[in-house]
Amino acid sequence: MLYAVLCYSDENVVGSWTKEEDDACLARLAQVQDGMDQKGKLGPVVRLLPTTAATTLRKSSTGEPLVIDGPFAETKEQFLGFYVADCDTLDEAIDFAKDLAKANPVQGSYEIRPLSIYKPSGLKP
Amino acid sequence: MTDSAWIAAALAAARPQALSALLRYFRDLDRAEEAFQEASLRAIKTWPEKGPPREPVAWLVFVGRNSGIDQVRKTRRNVPLPADDILSDLDDAEADMAERLDNEHYRDDILRLLFICCHPDLPATQQIALALRVVAGVPTKQIARAFLVGEAAMEQRITRAKARVAANAVPFDPPDAVARAERLGAVALMLYLIFNEGYSRGHSDEAAARLCDEAIRLGRLLLRLFPTEPEIMGLLALMLLQHARNPARADAEGNLVLLEDQDRSRWNGQMLAEGLALVQKALRHGEPGAYQVQAAIAARHGVAQSAAETDWAGIEQLYGLLEALQPSPVVTLNRAVAVSKARGPAAALALVEPLGERLETYFHFHGVRGGLLLQLGQHAAAREAFNRAIALAGSPAEAAHIRRHLDRLAGLDDGKAGSA
Repeated sequence: MLYAVLCYSDENVVGSWTKEEDDACLARLAQVQDGMDQKGKLGPVVRLLPTTAATTLRKSSTGEPLVIDGPFAETKEQFLGFYVADCDTLDEAIDFAKDLAKANPVQGSYEIRPLSIYKPSGLKP
Repeated sequence: MTDSAWIAAALAAARPQALSALLRYFRDLDRAEEAFQEASLRAIKTWPEKGPPREPVAWLVFVGRNSGIDQVRKTRRNVPLPADDILSDLDDAEADMAERLDNEHYRDDILRLLFICCHPDLPATQQIALALRVVAGVPTKQIARAFLVGEAAMEQRITRAKARVAANAVPFDPPDAVARAERLGAVALMLYLIFNEGYSRGHSDEAAARLCDEAIRLGRLLLRLFPTEPEIMGLLALMLLQHARNPARADAEGNLVLLEDQDRSRWNGQMLAEGLALVQKALRHGEPGAYQVQAAIAARHGVAQSAAETDWAGIEQLYGLLEALQPSPVVTLNRAVAVSKARGPAAALALVEPLGERLETYFHFHGVRGGLLLQLGQHAAAREAFNRAIALAGSPAEAAHIRRHLDRLAGLDDGKAGSA
């Protein structure tokens, strides 16, 4: 089954890393990803830019949808990125998230959510 | 990353919020800083054991406030300090604090803390040093290195700046809309000063480049506090788009490489992407300002795959808009450069000549003018302009750049003499 692993963390803290810390963390995460990739189980890996770069389109009950700056929700943790992985069991997905958590000691959470529709496209970065 | 590195990042992230809340409480910058310092030390001691608190900022404010009060008591009468275990059960207090320290409150607190640093009595370099030390928490040693002065001298500069701002306190009442907008404008300018201080030497000096990173970090903080201000989006975009080029701005010897000669594959793609996204977001507001327009210009350069593909006509238009928003001979000079690329050197020179009186002592004026005269084949006049420029060069890199023009000119004239 395909799972999305959604990453939530405080972008303030992540943004306070030095470049060296960030590079080191990405290198450790890459190792975890490689492990899944070699088993042919890794789908797209996405890191999002800070929420300050985001725009939200909110549907309104009447007329035109509203375009507003950023997600305004005052949450402590922001949605910072996600993985798609092919896992045989929920336990395997949880283990993948555990490995990710180990590679990245910043506080936060991983939401493990089964996919309903998945359409990989030919989009190249 | 180890535990301690995570804690360091968490403390750095919490600093502006926690410190500005402590400042509101103690109304004294030194005491607030000491309290934050004390809370940080306890965090380093207790977080690895007990796990990080749910609300690190609230925890730091709470602990800092208590330790600050202890400090006051201790100096008044010699009562013993409460033991560390008082801190063991902070959860309820934390949640309570977090509720009261909502975003609205923080926003004015942090803005005030930043605004205190832009005191008009302070010279720009002191404003910058103070903001870096106090708000961003950059160690004095690092600031000193970035400013190319000794640590003791920088320490003294910061101490003096602090005394200055303490003597002339910024009111603690919540500001009204006008005062808030004024503060925001002053703070934005100061962040851009920090950025420029770093950018001017960042290509060859890592300590200076770090100032750019700090300015960007503070810019993101400011935008999180004022997420719908197009000029703050513009400022952050401008800093990101310029800093994105930093890896390509120096050659192997550390000499400055001009934009048109840069290897664009070395630009930082993430910063570029964030900057471009912010420019587009800002411009949707339809309230153009100087930062937004400058960011839009930087974005035109940022999306060009090569120097030859630059949209100079678009850039000329944007400089026209910038001239209307913020008239200055330097902006006109920049527009002239765009004009020369879009419509040729004659049209550009017509724009440049009238600026002579006001830009008499400006290096770039003579450099640009010399370049235009050279293109128009007026070699004697070009040489004169380049000689003026060299005399005004502010750095060896600037002088070297002009010297290359002069050498080229000499080569051209030799060639002509030879063929004659």
